[in-house]
Amino acid sequence: MSNITKGRELTFSILKYNPRDPESRPRFVEFKMYETTGMTLFIVLSKIREEMDADLSFDFVCRAGICGSCGMLVNGKPLLACRTLTADYPDGNIQIMPMPAFELIKDLSVNTGKWMDAMSMRVESWIHTNEVHDISALEDKVDPDIADETFELDRCIECGLCITSCGTALMRPDFIGPAGLNRVARFQIDPHDNRTNEDFYELVGDDDGIFGCMTLLACEDHCPKHLPLQQKIAYMRRKLVSVK
Amino acid sequence: MSNIIEGYLGVTPDTRKSRLPARLDWWQSATGLFLGLFMWGHMFFVSTILISKDFMYQVTRFFEGSFIFDEPKPILVSMIVFIVFAIFIVHAALALRKFPTNYRQYKIMKTHTVVLNHDDTKLWFVQAYTGFAMFFLGSIHLYTVMTQADKIGPYASADRVVSDWMWPLYILLLLAVELHGSIGLYRLAVKWGWFDGKNPKAARKRLKKIKWAVTVFFLTLGFVTLAAYIKIGIEHKDNYGERYHPSKIVKMPSCCLHQGGVV
Ligand code: SF4
Ligand code: FES
Repeated sequence: MSNITKGRELTFSILKYNPRDPESRPRFVEFKMYETTGMTLFIVLSKIREEMDADLSFDFVCRAGICGSCGMLVNGKPLLACRTLTADYPDGNIQIMPMPAFELIKDLSVNTGKWMDAMSMRVESWIHTNEVHDISALEDKVDPDIADETFELDRCIECGLCITSCGTALMRPDFIGPAGLNRVARFQIDPHDNRTNEDFYELVGDDDGIFGCMTLLACEDHCPKHLPLQQKIAYMRRKLVSVK
Repeated sequence: MSNIIEGYLGVTPDTRKSRLPARLDWWQSATGLFLGLFMWGHMFFVSTILISKDFMYQVTRFFEGSFIFDEPKPILVSMIVFIVFAIFIVHAALALRKFPTNYRQYKIMKTHTVVLNHDDTKLWFVQAYTGFAMFFLGSIHLYTVMTQADKIGPYASADRVVSDWMWPLYILLLLAVELHGSIGLYRLAVKWGWFDGKNPKAARKRLKKIKWAVTVFFLTLGFVTLAAYIKIGIEHKDNYGERYHPSKIVKMPSCCLHQGGVV
């Protein structure tokens, strides 16, 4: 047991704050820990909670970059903590903050769900059609390329990294954000949805919608699923600017 | 009536959203595109001083209508500047919509720009600052040139730069224009996806490179040009107000030959 070499010592500076506790003050708290191979921030935070600070709040579900519940600001960059390796920080100093733009629950835990629900309602994130379907009959065929394009945009995991990285969304909380515009594009492309561009204009044809976007493109650069946000937001802008 | 209804209720009488936000977005881009491209042309015109005083003189005369009139018509220049000034004001008004408008907005955007350390977000801040600066710098310059369009030329312009103390303003304006313009044109291209092609990510990388090249090119050209006017202005200080007389006939297209360049 004697000669297991210790990894380097890492220093974590973590923002702690409970907005519901009147006594609580926002502050950075430092934790130190030795690195192990393949260490992710999920491992780090779990260890901190188990061994150093049982009060620390954060969210993880899938631990595999699928569920989108572990978005945080790591040294200023919006990242999925479960997919973030400590090895990527050569100086061993890692600062972790909760994502701005979302309601802070406590420490690193934010309510992305509430935001995403409101967004889904706002863009009416479901197929709109008047067609009556006979569920025993074969479905209509969809051009495979269009299906691919739709499913590509459906890969959004609602992690909120794009919203947190978007300066416009931070400045203007009513802004529908990249995830919202991506969602609109998804239904605009989907042939099952009978909504016209005029209909989509009613949803996002204003300065809280597509015309509020200032093309900062931080969404494009931080989406962990590499969704084509730059391209699709430009696409929606072209479509909606030409609505009569 | 429909104005009042939309004003208070946020929907037109047929319960639709106004189409105006779309128009405003389009016009902001269109005026920005015009101004950005105009500034490229403008820079080439003023930098003709680097070739020779005679050439700069001929270009000035061209804009004063030397291709039609015998006499210089600076009113033509005033008219062009008036149009540019109007577009400039429209662009400024539309761009105001994007500015942070209260402490909270400014604070979060500023923090975000520093913390996120993301290139295009930082460039946006540069654009906001330079845009704000140009409300004043640009207006002073445009008004001066519009009302004194007869005082453009190798000596007159140099006198303005040096003896009329415009050089500090021009240094700031040059920095603001070139940064704002090149960033703005880059952002326009990605905003509307003009050059997206098959691979929008690669296109953006390329555009960013071009953007930097353009910034460096025009800033260099601008400062070298400004230096040239400053040099002439200093040499010409004692003869402030004297106009330039071309030294030789400069080869011009035949249509302009009767102007000859000899005054
Ligand atoms: S678009 Fe990308 S960054 Fe934004 S919520 Fe979806 S997966 Fe996350
Ligand atoms: S825990 Fe599911 S994405 Fe990180």
